[in-house]
Amino acid sequence: MSEKVLMKGNEAIAEAAIRANCKHFFGYPITPQNELPAYMARKLPKIDGGVFLQAESEVAAINMVYGAAGAGARVMTSSSSPGISLKAEGISYIAGAELPAVIVNIVRGGPGLGGIQPAQSDYFQATKGMAHGDFKLVVLAPSSVQEAVDLTMEAFDIADRYRNPVMVIGDGIIGQMMEPVEFKDIGADDLPEKDWITDGAKGREKNVINSLHLQPEDLEEHNWKLDRKYKEIKKNEVKYETENMEDAEIAIVAYGTTARIAKTAIKEARAEGIKVGLIRPITLFPFPEEVINQAADQVDSFLTVEMSTGQMVEDVRLAVNGKKPVEFYGRTGGMIPSPAEIVEQLKEVRG
Amino acid sequence: MEQIAGRPNALTDKEFHYCPGCTHGIVHRLVAEVIDELGVQEEAIGVAPVGCAVLAYEYFDVDMHEAAHGRAPAVATGVKRVHPDKVVFTYQGDGDFASIGTAESVHAASRGEEITAIFINNAIYGMTGGQMAPTTLEGQKTTTSPYGRDVDHAGHPIKMSEMLATLEGAAYVARVSVDSPKNIKKAKKAIKKAFEVQLAGEGFALVEVLSTCPTNWGLSPLEAIDWLQENMLPYYPLGEIKSKEEDK
Ligand SMILES: Cc1ncc(C[n+]2csc(CCOP(=O)(O)OP(=O)(O)O)c2C)c(N)n1
Ligand code: SF4
Repeated sequence: MSEKVLMKGNEAIAEAAIRANCKHFFGYPITPQNELPAYMARKLPKIDGGVFLQAESEVAAINMVYGAAGAGARVMTSSSSPGISLKAEGISYIAGAELPAVIVNIVRGGPGLGGIQPAQSDYFQATKGMAHGDFKLVVLAPSSVQEAVDLTMEAFDIADRYRNPVMVIGDGIIGQMMEPVEFKDIGADDLPEKDWITDGAKGREKNVINSLHLQPEDLEEHNWKLDRKYKEIKKNEVKYETENMEDAEIAIVAYGTTARIAKTAIKEARAEGIKVGLIRPITLFPFPEEVINQAADQVDSFLTVEMSTGQMVEDVRLAVNGKKPVEFYGRTGGMIPSPAEIVEQLKEVRG
Repeated sequence: MEQIAGRPNALTDKEFHYCPGCTHGIVHRLVAEVIDELGVQEEAIGVAPVGCAVLAYEYFDVDMHEAAHGRAPAVATGVKRVHPDKVVFTYQGDGDFASIGTAESVHAASRGEEITAIFINNAIYGMTGGQMAPTTLEGQKTTTSPYGRDVDHAGHPIKMSEMLATLEGAAYVARVSVDSPKNIKKAKKAIKKAFEVQLAGEGFALVEVLSTCPTNWGLSPLEAIDWLQENMLPYYPLGEIKSKEEDK
């Protein structure tokens, strides 16, 4: 049934979306995610009802997503950092109108035009400051091509279940890397019926897709309703991986590509007698704060490693809540931390 | 004004919030009458703008989306690509359609997106209190062109219909006005055609409607009609600018 195939991350994400029954894709070219829309452009027109459309901009693409999601479709767009900034307005509307949609960000270095090499400097954007208003994205951060596939498929279910946009966040390495993947049949079968969509009000009251609430009382109520939804998501959807934590005295916290590098570093450090383990957040929102807080009762210190000047580290510090010191090591602008650099840091942390 | 009996089915019984003498209400009614006459109320999906017509989703008794400012053509594209057999329309002001959303308007037309765009040109930003619009006439005073629009500084008023008519994908483009019973009749005919063009799958259809904004023009409703006739009609000529049948 499901055999392993060798695929590039970007293409595997696209195939995973199609397997999750996503038939609509709207996007605008930007490096390093171009293989994703190209794959969609090849495959979707061959599928009954499938639509790939290259929009005139990321702004248009995300608003096409807003239209298609409201109209009831499973829909995806993908981009990289500068393009996500342009989509921000539309994502706020999608969250406000409570529409399910999947947005892929294959992050590159910023700010501004930045560079095209891998980075993790959109953590704040994805988890906190995407756009105006009280809203949250669910943010899934794979660290392998297989996980990118699994999380992409699950992203559509999470989006439908909570009627909320979901972001799959990777970096150029995840996007470009080739790994064997398997497409598992993991779709949920208990998703709520979409009785709110716009498909022509035949024999029913009209439906309206909207984020406008002119009465402050109404908007407040709406925002608290969203907040309750996010609390529900926090309760149900936290995902993380731990490795070598049983006897760890230092915990590295890292996600995505950086977590893979950290695993290599941990092997080398342990060979030198440093007791170090890994906590790898898989969901960036909801953030796995509990496991980190509990680890703070065990380890002497934390080292957060990121491909940024330090973004997730703020959430690690909040989770640790002053119990133990939280150190940071980052490379940025498209530079990738090496295992040796991380081992060096661990030695310093150990003191 | 024209006496119209009864409320079209495609309008809810919600009372319009528009200012006295504002022509948005007339255009809503024309669109709704056309939807009734074509029997597509249960097929129709509308997209409301950001502008004075932002609450259009409460007035049209059809499935509706409220779009971000200027993005209605992109939203309508998304809807239509999911439901190619449905009737999808946008209703937008000039700030929405011809300024912040110009790219979306141009490219929806260029793709020949099978949607109908109703574009209200009242030469001003109504909702935000009377700022200069891309369609504001030379010399026209607004809160952001207090000395009158200086075309050397702010450029010339944009003629969207003529511009979009040059695109292959635009199947039908007409400019109408709702300043007189006779013109209202013509406006309705054009709106109907713009929906029929969509039903026939011919491409993008646009009706630009010259409208009044007495409130922000600082005129009475009747003076506003006069102002439209004296100032807008000469610069924005009425008529079908592009129609496939005419081409033949
Ligand atoms: C992104 C964004 N920028 C600005 C605004 C503020 N705004 C609301 S309506 C409007 C202009 C409306 O003018 P028009 O489109 O001509 O419609 P009218 O009100 O005249 O019918 C503006 C600038 C907004 N809502 N969103
Ligand atoms: S401000 Fe102008 S466009 Fe808006 S409702 Fe009043 S008259 Fe109409």
